[in-house]
Amino acid sequence: MQPELILLRFGELTLKGRNRTRFEDMVISHIRNLTGDYPQMRIIKTFGRVYIQLNGAPYEQVAAQLKKVFGLRSFSPVLRAELDLADIQQTALKVMQSLSKKPGTFKVTTRRSYKDFPYDSMELNRHVSAYVLSRTPGLKVDVHDPDVELWVEVRQEGVYVFSEIVYGTGGFPLGSNGKAMLMLSGGIDSPVAGWQAMRRGLRIEAVHFHSYPYTSERAKQKVIDLTRKLSEYAREIRLHIVPFTRIQTGLKEEAPENLLITLMRRAMFRITERLAERNDALAIVTGESLGQVASQTLSSLNTIERAVSIPILRPLITTDKIDIIRLAEEIDTYAISILPYEDCCTIFQPRSPSTNPNLGVVERVERRLTWMEEAIEQAVQETELLVIRRGAQDEPSNSLF
Amino acid sequence: MTYFDYSATTPVHPEVAQSIQEVLTRYYGNPSSLHRLGVEAEHLVSQARERIADMLMVPKNSIIFTSGGSESNNLAIKGAASRLRKRGKHIITSSIEHSSVYDTVRQLEPYGYEITVLPVDRNGRVQPERVEEAIRDDTVLVSIMYVNNELGSIQPVEEIAAILKRHPKVLFHVDAVQAAGKIPVDPEKLGVDMLSLSAHKFQGPKGIGILYKREAVRLDPLISGGGQEFGLRSGTENVPYIVGMAKALRLAVENQPAAWRRVSELKKRLVAQLTGVPGIEINSPTDDALSVPHIVNLSCTGLKSEVLVHTLEQRGFYISSRSACSSSEDKPSRILLALGLTEEQARSGLRISLAKDHTPEEVDQLASALKQSVQELRQILR
Repeated sequence: MQPELILLRFGELTLKGRNRTRFEDMVISHIRNLTGDYPQMRIIKTFGRVYIQLNGAPYEQVAAQLKKVFGLRSFSPVLRAELDLADIQQTALKVMQSLSKKPGTFKVTTRRSYKDFPYDSMELNRHVSAYVLSRTPGLKVDVHDPDVELWVEVRQEGVYVFSEIVYGTGGFPLGSNGKAMLMLSGGIDSPVAGWQAMRRGLRIEAVHFHSYPYTSERAKQKVIDLTRKLSEYAREIRLHIVPFTRIQTGLKEEAPENLLITLMRRAMFRITERLAERNDALAIVTGESLGQVASQTLSSLNTIERAVSIPILRPLITTDKIDIIRLAEEIDTYAISILPYEDCCTIFQPRSPSTNPNLGVVERVERRLTWMEEAIEQAVQETELLVIRRGAQDEPSNSLF
Repeated sequence: MTYFDYSATTPVHPEVAQSIQEVLTRYYGNPSSLHRLGVEAEHLVSQARERIADMLMVPKNSIIFTSGGSESNNLAIKGAASRLRKRGKHIITSSIEHSSVYDTVRQLEPYGYEITVLPVDRNGRVQPERVEEAIRDDTVLVSIMYVNNELGSIQPVEEIAAILKRHPKVLFHVDAVQAAGKIPVDPEKLGVDMLSLSAHKFQGPKGIGILYKREAVRLDPLISGGGQEFGLRSGTENVPYIVGMAKALRLAVENQPAAWRRVSELKKRLVAQLTGVPGIEINSPTDDALSVPHIVNLSCTGLKSEVLVHTLEQRGFYISSRSACSSSEDKPSRILLALGLTEEQARSGLRISLAKDHTPEEVDQLASALKQSVQELRQILR
C-alpha cells in the first residue's frame, strides 16, 4: 500500500505550550534534514497534528529515515479516501489488510470534523466496521481492548484512515539538550554511547586520541568512518583528533607500569575537559561500562574521573556487552569497530594494569611529572579538527568514479 | 570501418580511460602498504567495491575482483568444487556455456567429477525442469549462463534459481558476462549464489572482472598468496583497472534502459532486411523476451564463416564468426550444434553485435553488404 500521508507522534508528551512547539519544530527540522532526498515531501501542521505529505515520495524509504529521527515516538502511514462512504469502506479494508500482523480483534474510531458529511460518527463506525468484518474472516470486534484500532477521520478535504503504528527511536530532538564531547576510541562501545547521547538530545563533538607513529593512519580512518556513521543521524559531526604521542611516550618512560593506563586516561579526560570548555560543551560522554576492563572497575573509574570536574555521562555503564554489540549492529557501527587497527589504549599495554589504583598514589605520581601540564596544553592547541558530513564522501577522488 | 563486434569486446569509454590514467600515474601505492600511499590506494579499491556493490544492489563484501570473466568462472567452479568435494562430485551445466565454463568443468572429470550437460531448445534455452531432473544427491553446483555470447539467448535464470531453492545444498553460478549493460543484472533478485562479470564487455578495460559471491557461500581460492580479496584472490590489486571498471559499470547501468530500446529497434531493422534472403538463416530468437537484441547470430550455409568475416572487413564492417575465444578453431560452433543445426550451418555462423551508438543507416549498410557478399560468394563457390 502506498500511503499518501504519514501521521507523526512526538515523544515526551508531558511538554506543554511553547516548549512543545519548540520540541516539535526541532523534530521537524531533523526530519527535513534526513529526508533531503525527497524534496517533494511536505510537512504540515494542522489541527494540533503534524503530517508528512508524501506527494509521491516512496513510503518505505521515508519511513526508514523517520526511524532515525530523535524525538519521534511513532508514526502511522495514512491512506486518504474521498468523502464517499464506499470509498471510505474500501480504504478502511485496504488499511486493515496491509497490517503486517493480522489482528484478532479490532475497533473503529471515527472522528468527524467536517459536520456536513451525511453520516455521523456512530453511523460511520457501524458502516466501516461491518464492511471490514464481512470481508475479513476470523476478525472480531472488541470495543474495550482491541488488538488494533482503526481510525477514520472525516475532514473537509478528505477522509484519513490509518491503523498501523510504527515505533520510532524516541528520545529528544537532536541537540535540544545541549552539547557534550564524546570520547571516541574506535572500539565497539564509544560509538554506541555516542548514538545514545544523540538520541537523548545531546549534540556531540567527537574526540579521538591518536599516537602516530604508534597508531596507524588506518586507525584514524576507522574513527573517521565511525563518525561518518554517526553523522547519518545528524548532518555533520565535528571530530577533534588529539596528538597524544608525546604524553604517551612520556608516561611510558617515567610512570610506574601498573599505573600507565590510569594516568593515560586521566590525561585524556583533562584534555577533553579543556576541549569541552573551548567548544561550549557541558559534559563528556564515554562508552565506559562497569567491570569490562581494568580501567573500568569502580575503583578505576573513581580515580580517573577525579582528574576533572566536568560531568561524565556514561550511557552504557550498566549495559551488558552482548546488548552493546546488538546496538552497534543496529546502528551499523559494529563492522567498522571490529577492524583490527590498534588504538592508543592497546599500544602501550602494561602487563598487569592496576584495577584498584589508589588516588593518593596517583596524584603524587602526577605531581612528579612536571612536564604534563604543558604537554596537555600543547595537545589541546595542536588538536586537528575535521568536520565529518553525512552521506557525500567529500573526496577528491569522487570524479574518478 | 564500422565496428559490429561488441560482443567480442567493447571500446573503452573515454571517461573510463581518463580515470584509469589518473589512478595509474597518481595513486601507485600498494593497497596493502601501511603508509599513506597504501591507505589511499586501498581506499580507492574500497570505494570502487562499494560503488559496484551499489550498482548491483548487493552487499559490499560480496564483490571479489578478478582478472576477468574467465578467471571469475574458474574461481566459481573450481573454488566451489574444491570446497565441496567431500559433499559430492556432480556438476550440472548447459551445452551452450562459454569455454571458460564448459572446458573448466570438463577439466574436473579426471578428478572424479561427473558432468551433466543439459541440452537447449531451438531458442537456445535450457528448460528449468531439466535442471531439476538432473539433480542428484551428490550434485554440488549448477552453472548456467545468463546471456549466451553467440546467440544472445537469455536463460531462465530466475526460474532455475527458484527450483534450486528447494535444493539448498546445490550452489548456483551464473556467467553474466554478456548480460551486463544489455539487460538489468540483479544477483539478489535473480536468486543466484555466484555471478561473473567482465569489464571489457561494458566499455571497461580488458583484464579485470568481478565474481559476485553471496556472503554465506564458501569457496577455496584459486590463487593463493597475500590474502587479498577476502583470501579468495591473492595478488596485488589492479587499482587503476578496478576504478575504471567501477566507472564503466556505472555508465553502463545508467544507460542500459535507453540503450536497450535503441538496440531493439536496430535489431528489428536488421532482421527485417535479412529475413527471407536466400542463403541467410537467422539463428537468434527474434522475441525480445528470449534474446537480447544486441546479438544477432546467423548462418550463411555453405560459406565458411571466416571468409565472410574477411569479406565484410573488406567492405568496411567488423563482425565475428562466433565466440572470439574460439574463432581460430576450424571446428563448427559448439553452440550452434547444440541448437540442433547441421554441421554445415554450424560452420557458417556469423555474429553481429549491435550497440546504442550504431545508426540505422549503418545497420542498413551492413545488411546490404552482407546480402551482396553472400550472393557473390555463392556464385563463386558454386
